[in-house]
Amino acid sequence: MLLIEDLEVELAGKKLLKHIDLEIKPGETHILFGPNGSGKTSLLMTIMGYPQYKVTGGKIIFKGVDITHLPINERAELGIGMAYQRPPTIHGVKTHQMVKICARDRDVEVTELARRVNFQDFLDRDVNVGFSGGEIKRSELLQLMAQDPDLMLFDEPESGVDIENIALVGQTIARLLQKECTPTDIKSMLQVKRERTKMGLIITHTGHILEYVNADKGQVLFDGVLSCSDNPRGILECISQMGYEECVRCQIASN
Amino acid sequence: MPNREQLRERALKAVNKPAALGADIDLAQFDLSPVERRPMDKEELLSLPPIEKQRLMMAGIDVTESERSGTYIQMDTSVVRCGTKQEGIEVIPIRQALEKYDWIWDYYWKLVAVDADKYTAAVELNLHDGYVIRALPGAKSVYPVQACLYIDKPNLQQNVHNIIIAEEDSELHIITGCSTSPHTTRGAHLGISEFFVKKNAKLSFTMIHNWAEDMVVRPRSVARVEEGGLFLNNYICMKPVRTLQLYPTTHLVGENAVARYYSIIVGSPGSEYDVGGRVHLKEVGTRAEIVARTISNGGKIIARGHLIGEVPDIKAHLECKGLILNGGIIHAIPELEGRVDGVEMSHEAAVGKIAAEEIAYLMSRGLSEDEATATIVRGFLSVDIPGLPPQLKAEIDRAVEQSDKTVM
Repeated sequence: MLLIEDLEVELAGKKLLKHIDLEIKPGETHILFGPNGSGKTSLLMTIMGYPQYKVTGGKIIFKGVDITHLPINERAELGIGMAYQRPPTIHGVKTHQMVKICARDRDVEVTELARRVNFQDFLDRDVNVGFSGGEIKRSELLQLMAQDPDLMLFDEPESGVDIENIALVGQTIARLLQKECTPTDIKSMLQVKRERTKMGLIITHTGHILEYVNADKGQVLFDGVLSCSDNPRGILECISQMGYEECVRCQIASN
Repeated sequence: MPNREQLRERALKAVNKPAALGADIDLAQFDLSPVERRPMDKEELLSLPPIEKQRLMMAGIDVTESERSGTYIQMDTSVVRCGTKQEGIEVIPIRQALEKYDWIWDYYWKLVAVDADKYTAAVELNLHDGYVIRALPGAKSVYPVQACLYIDKPNLQQNVHNIIIAEEDSELHIITGCSTSPHTTRGAHLGISEFFVKKNAKLSFTMIHNWAEDMVVRPRSVARVEEGGLFLNNYICMKPVRTLQLYPTTHLVGENAVARYYSIIVGSPGSEYDVGGRVHLKEVGTRAEIVARTISNGGKIIARGHLIGEVPDIKAHLECKGLILNGGIIHAIPELEGRVDGVEMSHEAAVGKIAAEEIAYLMSRGLSEDEATATIVRGFLSVDIPGLPPQLKAEIDRAVEQSDKTVM
């Protein structure tokens, strides 16, 4: 479980996140909405542990461990992983090497994994060097597949992906988050669903991802404050009809 | 020997002539006297102490000789091993070649000027030995030929002259390693190399330097590439050295000739490296590429590059990237010289540090900060070199792996 309590975060002296409370239970996936500059990426980077995002109040607890001040790699070891929107390029490190790095001690069939996101032709390319927007997304998913974390943070996974690949990306995320489950002879659908452990937090602008991933909850981040928590489709509908302006009113009302 | 006397006379006039670049070295401080050594058979080579074998291995030398088509090993001033396993590939000590073959005079001192500076002069006046490696017309080396210039005697000045000839339509790959024995940290190495790549021939030359803290190193090399020929020149130095200065020059004299240089330098504290590459593009359709990756770990590195486009329709690119990791200096000096209309030349130079966001990215995949840094450094140093045989690629990768220990 991920539990965030009264979190306050600053970047370069500027307060970005205020009084954030958030709880993601095992098996749950949340969608994070919000206008540009509202602090969505900052929240993900803070959970991942980027040191420039300075926690000035509150705490983050993951699997019962207070990770508020843990370095990035220790969070990764605990089972947090992220699919970045704009990851850096790493010259001279091949994508297949990167997939192995993500897998750590586990044995992975790199080519087989890559085939699942239609990325086998990129394995000999340097990580992210010259990749298009959509290729970056698939590369990030491939790395997450190898890393297999328990909490996955997705920063706009569908942006820049062409129509041909959008379903692939959506379905891959659904599979990573155990949203595509089927009952077995021994276990009912309910049992299978209850035993899901993977957690997800997905930033989206367009909401396209909702067509593939059955998310449990939606959250709206507005001006550094989580202002709304509701059914994600309901939120998307509200935003598309009334825009984020309505969130301001909700926020005032809730105060 | 038609002109040896003339060469000697010219050399004598240049004995005190300082080089254009690099610290001026007083050669009188070194010992020139020959060191007699018996030739080694394969058994003896294999039964060298492990620590010596390790030094050879780090310089790219395979003591089992299994994946090599020929071997030349010179210890101090004497040739201890010289031979070839493949027909069409010749490996001959240069002193023997000078005594026996007239053809050598078409090559000896034809590209490097004997009176270029005090170092070229010193080599001619007291030539210890060196190798002549030749691929006969049409011959293709299955495995690389390996050559090693080893210094065992403390304070020795080793003078060598090498000649490499790839005859028409041949393909020749050479790995050459220079090293000192574990107990020797002081000495000088002066080496002349002249490369002849003839019509449609392909020559790759990979040099790994593994010197020691107090070594003075002054190689002098020039290559000449004819029509359709390819010269691939790789240079790796990741070990300390007192002072090293080299500026290999290539003349592309035939249409569509190509030269590519790749260098990887890791500069240790107290060491000075003045390295570069220069290519004259003299015929239509010639191409040149110079790629350098340098890391300063407290040392001083000057990375030069000079491309000279003398005719239209040539293409040349220079790329010089440096990382300063633990102090030191990296001075990149890229030069482009277009002398006519219609040349296409470019360069890209950068000196900087490892980006924090790259480290964080790798840490979020589970690597520790140190592991992430090492991964980025290895990536930075690993350049893709097209046309290099797998054995040589493996040697370069091995050297780069070793860099972890030097850099971290």
